[in-house]
Amino acid sequence: MTFWLVLTANSITFGGLLFLLSSGFSLIFGLMRIPNLTHGSLFMLGAYFGATFAIGIFGVKMNFWLAAVLATLVVALLGAVVERLLLRRLPGDQLAQVLVTLGLSFMIADFCLMVWGGDPLSVATPSELAGFARLGVLVFPNYRLAIIVLAVIFAIGLWLLLERTRLGAMIRAGVDDPDMARVVGIRVSQLFTIVFALGAGLAAFAGIIGGPILSVYPGLDQDMLPLALVVVILGGSGSLLGSFVGSIIVGFIYNFGQALLPELAYFVLFLPMLLVLLLRPQGLFGRHVP
Amino acid sequence: MSGRLLALGVALIALATLPYWMTGVYYVNVASQILFYAIFALALNVLVGYAGLVSLGHAGLFGVTAYATAYMLQLGFGHPMAIIIALVISLISMAIYAVLSLRSTGIGFIMITLALGEILWGLAYRWISLTGGDNGLNVKTRPEPFGYSLADVNTFYYSTLIVFLLSIAAMTVFVRSPLGAALKGTRDQPRRMNALGYHVWAIRFYACMFSGLLTSISAILFVYYTQFISPQTLALTSSAEVLLMVISGGAGTLLGPIVGAALVVVVKTVVSGFIERWNFLLGAIFVAIVILMPEGLVPGTVRLWRVAWRKVLGSPRAVKADAEAKP
Repeated sequence: MTFWLVLTANSITFGGLLFLLSSGFSLIFGLMRIPNLTHGSLFMLGAYFGATFAIGIFGVKMNFWLAAVLATLVVALLGAVVERLLLRRLPGDQLAQVLVTLGLSFMIADFCLMVWGGDPLSVATPSELAGFARLGVLVFPNYRLAIIVLAVIFAIGLWLLLERTRLGAMIRAGVDDPDMARVVGIRVSQLFTIVFALGAGLAAFAGIIGGPILSVYPGLDQDMLPLALVVVILGGSGSLLGSFVGSIIVGFIYNFGQALLPELAYFVLFLPMLLVLLLRPQGLFGRHVP
Repeated sequence: MSGRLLALGVALIALATLPYWMTGVYYVNVASQILFYAIFALALNVLVGYAGLVSLGHAGLFGVTAYATAYMLQLGFGHPMAIIIALVISLISMAIYAVLSLRSTGIGFIMITLALGEILWGLAYRWISLTGGDNGLNVKTRPEPFGYSLADVNTFYYSTLIVFLLSIAAMTVFVRSPLGAALKGTRDQPRRMNALGYHVWAIRFYACMFSGLLTSISAILFVYYTQFISPQTLALTSSAEVLLMVISGGAGTLLGPIVGAALVVVVKTVVSGFIERWNFLLGAIFVAIVILMPEGLVPGTVRLWRVAWRKVLGSPRAVKADAEAKP
């Protein structure tokens, strides 16, 4: 019984991390119509930066949360630069944009290997969350609970941003009909930069707060990108609710799959994707087929 | 046109006599690699160039064939039987792959094929009882068709060359066939093709199967060449390398992917000798080609060369006409 409860709680934690990763991916995909193949790399880059800041650089050792915020800002800035300098040069040419993000993902992966080497970096759990919580029979690490809470806070924050602010309304207009949004005077190209930076920042934040659980290692990008893809195929692109539900589903399938069928964990992920593609190609909450 | 035929004849003779003028086992082996990667690039070009469908999971299919061959050999089947079973398994996998990914076109197709390719990679990596995980599978011997042992470097080269020439012939027939023409139609005007009564989905499906067949053939050559298969072969970087061969040579041309394959294999072999950072360079080349020469290296160079040549001849009108002809 405890085994199943722990597994369930772990699945929700992992789903929370996946939501942080895939909500940005889904927004970028919904608005710019490109699968951002650097998303896994940005997750990894965030994790490496955060770990470096937390371990200490130039003799300055930072608090975990400060390191997380700083790493997020650095990667968000990088995202904005990539969008401005590279993707902006290829307007409307989605294939070329995808290929550029693919090329960049290789460059980032090799850069990380060059700078941080091949050994995994472990990230220490922040000391204030190092204990365990007792919920009836279940003993669960505080840190994992904190991730769930953070994911929920971010989900609400993103929802408020998208549904209750002017910027959010512009983004939604851009997702639904970019041409019409331009006609009514929304600078969609500026939204691209904002959304790309936001997505990059979210991915980096997920990377650093996932650090104490997953640790940071070369190939982390390749592990996370397919999960984000599956979440978006499941949930539908450009939909916040879709990424939330998709993340929880994938979190459960991935964790239960790894516990019960360790050799086929990746393959089990494939089944819900297959069902959704056959029955509802636009995804569970998507509005249009990509 | 006759100049082109002459160039093709010279290339053929050069390929047929390669082991005699390119002495050294190492170089002949590099040539064999170029040939089977060229078949792989031709296979991907069927989809990328002629169908307008960019598949980012082809390394996964390549891996399925390679693993199937290696596994059948481990089970104790003979070479011909192992190859036949591997081909059957690969074509079934390709059919499933096509049915799933053809739910969508354009960006959706890229995403689904990418996810499928990564899942195949994950399977190869984690399904240790079948694939040996990170250790991969070994292939102990090469086959001996008609008594010629492929363990010999030159014999392997010539066998690969024969398969390569057959693949180009098949590709030429395919492109010039009504099916090939219809495929190009579905790439450029899917709705009109549909209105004309063509079954767009079926045409794309056949193209996927043809691409899958060529992919499997190249994978069988690959697995006999390296006599080893590991998950690394199925990684996204491998899919990207083949895609680079296609787009650098010029997608949608018959010879482009072959030139691209030669280029990528040579650069990779040469560069790996000096630095470890092949992946960084691969990424950088990708970004540079997409930004600077979107039509591919071969057509791009041809265009620049023509412009330069006409400038030398001093015919400003020709240069202008060429500039205007370029959209």
